[in-house]
Amino acid sequence: MISILGRGAVLLALAACSVGTITGAVAAIRGSASALRTTRVAAYVFGCSLVLATLLMEVALLTHDFSVSYVAEVGSLNTPTWVTIVSLWSSLNGSILLWGFVLALCVMGLAYNTRGKYPDLTPWALSVAMGVGVFFTFLIAGVANPFSPMSPVPTDGPGPNPLLQNHILMVVHPPMLYLGYVGMTIPFAMGAAALLAGRLDAAWTRLLRRWMLIPWGFLSVGIILGGWWSYEVLGWGGWWAWDPVENASFLPWLTATAFVHSAMVMERKSQLKGWTLALVFASFLLTLLGTFMTRSGVFNSVHSFTQSPIGPVFLGFLAIATIFCVLLMAFRLDALGEGERPLAMGASRDLAFLANNLLFTAFTFMVLLGTVYPLLNEAVTETQISVGQPYFDRMGAPLGVAILFLMGVGPALPWGSGATGSAVKRLIIPLGTGVLAVVLSVALGITQFWPLLTFGLAGFAFATTMREIFAPAMARSKARGEGLGIATWAVVTRARRRFGGYVVHVGVISIAVAHAASMAYQTKTPITLVEGQSAEVSGYELAYLGSAWEEQPHRTSLKARFEVSRDGASLGVLEPRLNHYKKMGTPIGTPVVKSRLTEDLYLSLINVDPTAKTASLDVMIHPMVMWLWVGGAFMLIGTVVAVWPSRSRARAAAKSVPAPVSAAPGK
Amino acid sequence: MSATTANPSAQGTRRVFLVVTLLVAASALGFIAFGNMGENLVYYWDVGQLREAGDKAIGSTIRLGGVVKEGTVDWRPDESHLEFIITDGSQEVPVECSGAPPQMFREGIGVVVEGTMTPSGTFTSERLMVKHSNEYKAPEDGMSADERKQLYRTVEDL
Repeated sequence: MISILGRGAVLLALAACSVGTITGAVAAIRGSASALRTTRVAAYVFGCSLVLATLLMEVALLTHDFSVSYVAEVGSLNTPTWVTIVSLWSSLNGSILLWGFVLALCVMGLAYNTRGKYPDLTPWALSVAMGVGVFFTFLIAGVANPFSPMSPVPTDGPGPNPLLQNHILMVVHPPMLYLGYVGMTIPFAMGAAALLAGRLDAAWTRLLRRWMLIPWGFLSVGIILGGWWSYEVLGWGGWWAWDPVENASFLPWLTATAFVHSAMVMERKSQLKGWTLALVFASFLLTLLGTFMTRSGVFNSVHSFTQSPIGPVFLGFLAIATIFCVLLMAFRLDALGEGERPLAMGASRDLAFLANNLLFTAFTFMVLLGTVYPLLNEAVTETQISVGQPYFDRMGAPLGVAILFLMGVGPALPWGSGATGSAVKRLIIPLGTGVLAVVLSVALGITQFWPLLTFGLAGFAFATTMREIFAPAMARSKARGEGLGIATWAVVTRARRRFGGYVVHVGVISIAVAHAASMAYQTKTPITLVEGQSAEVSGYELAYLGSAWEEQPHRTSLKARFEVSRDGASLGVLEPRLNHYKKMGTPIGTPVVKSRLTEDLYLSLINVDPTAKTASLDVMIHPMVMWLWVGGAFMLIGTVVAVWPSRSRARAAAKSVPAPVSAAPGK
Repeated sequence: MSATTANPSAQGTRRVFLVVTLLVAASALGFIAFGNMGENLVYYWDVGQLREAGDKAIGSTIRLGGVVKEGTVDWRPDESHLEFIITDGSQEVPVECSGAPPQMFREGIGVVVEGTMTPSGTFTSERLMVKHSNEYKAPEDGMSADERKQLYRTVEDL
């Protein structure tokens, strides 16, 4: 029954977005209001039917309706309910349905967000977005149909991949990434609309930037949660391995970050339009490439699903989308009309943004090359290789450090060419802070080059950022005699995007410091203990108490119990474990992580022999890892502040159709 | 960028600047492309390919796949030192690992070790992985009950 209903909903969605794609184009070309109305209706029908299809799939999963193929594939009577709910994204076909679900929400959001405004741009944007929708609904209806009926109906299923059942983070990490990936469709559609309609003004740029910031924020959070999951679950003790699939999510993040910066130049100065749109398109195309790499099984990785017919289809769509973008850029870019003034030279913020974009582009290129090189190599020489982590680390370090430096300099520079003297004055305190950070680090015994450089530049960038956040508030407080709290609030609410941006910078600085520290100073000590024996590792005292089995409905765990203390103070009994899942052979470890602000103690169980009463484990010390997650939280908060709708701007935008550049103090 | 300025000298400066920027960017990208990718490649070899490579294998990072030969495992827990011989049936390579063998490790099982060849002819590794049947495989549409069972068995055997 659900098979039929689900498929019906998907086919309705397919029909609706096909209609919408065509009527949108018609509405744009003929300026027809009725065609635009039809397009809007189509967008909502498309959205609602995909939401319905997803809900139907959840119902099927929760009721263990094994007559639905996807449920038979990933469902199981003895998985906990939360695992059952999230199995929607535990395998290929379900994750494509989730993709459709997110796209549906985005398209409806775009339709709602542009109601009654931008009559020349909206129909194109809706048409392009639903065109992408046609492709995905086509996948859900055809090659990746999760609703196909099963016959005979199995009585039970295998349950989802045990790696995905192992940690609660799996509930949030994939949807976040999906919101980020799929969300890039809307900026792509809006950018294409600007080119097709031949108009890109400040109001559309602002809307485009907001629509890019939202998926960008989700992508940032998704990437960091993925790192956290990898750290807490996989037991190898790292959070980022330059795995092709991790890179796949990082690539669009890099280009989208470049966009967020160049869009400020575009909005303020009406320059860099072509470049900025190229970044929008690149971000979208990289999400497609990323999905192809994740979903086609061309890479071996913890993330990849099995070989699937979806790969070639995706590659085909990627090719079509790339050609579409290139043609648009080639033939329609002139219609936008670049601003008359050339970019300001000399030490200006404009130039800092340009340098930022060059660095992010180089970073993208470096990661892309390292990721696809093995594929190209295999295609030509038929030998299997991969590009090792050291390549990415060595290449990434100078680029990352340069970005950190710009983060400290850029905000202090004035727009346009001009008062460089005041900028120098503004940089004195940050420079002092940077030097102080280096001196303190050396005093604490840090001698390696990259960490020292990172800490110094982090101090520098942090001081600049703090100044940008608090100086305006202090000036206001002084001028008006308001309390500092009230003044800060007033300043922040008036320039949310600016303030949010700097909060994100604080998060990035935190992540840079944590990453540099943990990369340079982590230690790993393998030990084997017999029951009753104890050992001292890196200042921690570990005593092996013994092992125990624990039965749960969906898995059996073998726990090793360690009494851990540090400097005589007990940290309690820590229990790293190996989990055996029903119907899956290999046990999967769950490490124990004891976090503190300065360092994490990380115990990863390698093997337990109950007869010989031994347990082998890797004892790892990871300095400052906590600050990665703290930084992620700052990035999230900053993004929310920046995209939070401001009432005055919404009103200003609604008032005028080709809106004038508003006086709102975005930077 | 279609820049038209009234001041020709400003335009000249601008052009010089653009050319310099492009040169710097291009050389940076070139450095990235050909800088040190070669020495950071990881090769996926089996025992035969490793033997064939001879001295070329010394120093390169290799992911070596094969089977643990019966009766060759020597595990010394107090030193966290593991030795065994990896074989493809005809040729053999002695392997030294630091760290404990994973739970599923046993004689006759397929393994992948990542490390390098030493001049003494022993493969040293920091990383030992027991080979699962390729990857976790979800059963596919239209698979018969028997095929499903077979699939689970291949997973369970390892």
